[in-house]
Amino acid sequence: MHRPSAGRVTSAKIVIAGGFGVGKTTLVGSVSEITPLTTEAIMTSAGVDVDDTRNVPGKTTTTVAMDFGRISIDHDLILYLFGTPGQTRFWFMWDELVRGAIGAVVLVDTRRLADCFAAIDFFEHRRLPYLVAINCFDGMQFHDVNDVREALAISNDVPVFSCDARSRESTKNTLIALVEHVLTMRRHRAVAPA
Amino acid sequence: MVIPGDEPTGSLVRPYAVTGGRTRPRIEIAIEALVETTARGRGGSGESIGGGREQQYIVTLCDGRLQSLAEISARMQLPLGVARVLVADMAADGLVAIYEPASLEGNDAVGTELLERVLSGLRRL
Repeated sequence: MHRPSAGRVTSAKIVIAGGFGVGKTTLVGSVSEITPLTTEAIMTSAGVDVDDTRNVPGKTTTTVAMDFGRISIDHDLILYLFGTPGQTRFWFMWDELVRGAIGAVVLVDTRRLADCFAAIDFFEHRRLPYLVAINCFDGMQFHDVNDVREALAISNDVPVFSCDARSRESTKNTLIALVEHVLTMRRHRAVAPA
Repeated sequence: MVIPGDEPTGSLVRPYAVTGGRTRPRIEIAIEALVETTARGRGGSGESIGGGREQQYIVTLCDGRLQSLAEISARMQLPLGVARVLVADMAADGLVAIYEPASLEGNDAVGTELLERVLSGLRRL
């Protein structure tokens, strides 16, 4: 690889969020060195009558699937891109995904702008840096970038870009913009601690 | 990739059967933590490492190449929680090494250096 090991073996992750069918897996696949894989998590929740032993079948099991890809930054540093589960109600999995993440890309389809509201709320609540990437299906953009910013009611320091989730170059630039944004925020925090 | 043909099937009916019903891992492992087979894991045959074919599969999968917990789970078609229990047991037995992700909390130089490495790696893509 490009340079010798700078230290210990480690990994990092970036979260790719957005509504169902917005192109999260397409985006992951456009830069991943592996065909996107799917991992499943199971959540078992007891039924309402937990003390009633006759009611054992009341337990419900929910399976949540997440697609992810991999980019080897160096031989000892691997970056993973995790798509969030399609339905935002699976918060238990989002907790695990954002823990230790570099940041998030919120992929937006302007025809279904509201689909990403929950993701933005979640990242803001967790103070996870994110940017908004408007996926331009078939090269079409249905809204102006500033209109999207206003509609999402996000602050001016959150970057908003257009992208093409199918394009390796576009996805690469989106990820670069996210990491640059995270580094900028760290510098600001260092100057003026909250 | 060399992947054993005899892939364990991930039945979701009783997902924790391969862990003997245990759902709590001995140690917490991040979804993106990297796993690598140790010399001990490589040297042991299926029986001497005291595990079933799932353990054997993991030893082969992570031999000489870093795989995240997520990849192990996906390639074995086992739920994440099941893979976590298996890998934690194998780490406790010295069969695999686990490399946890670096912390990006705070503003320390280690986190900033990691981000800069990621950034230059992305630019080289």
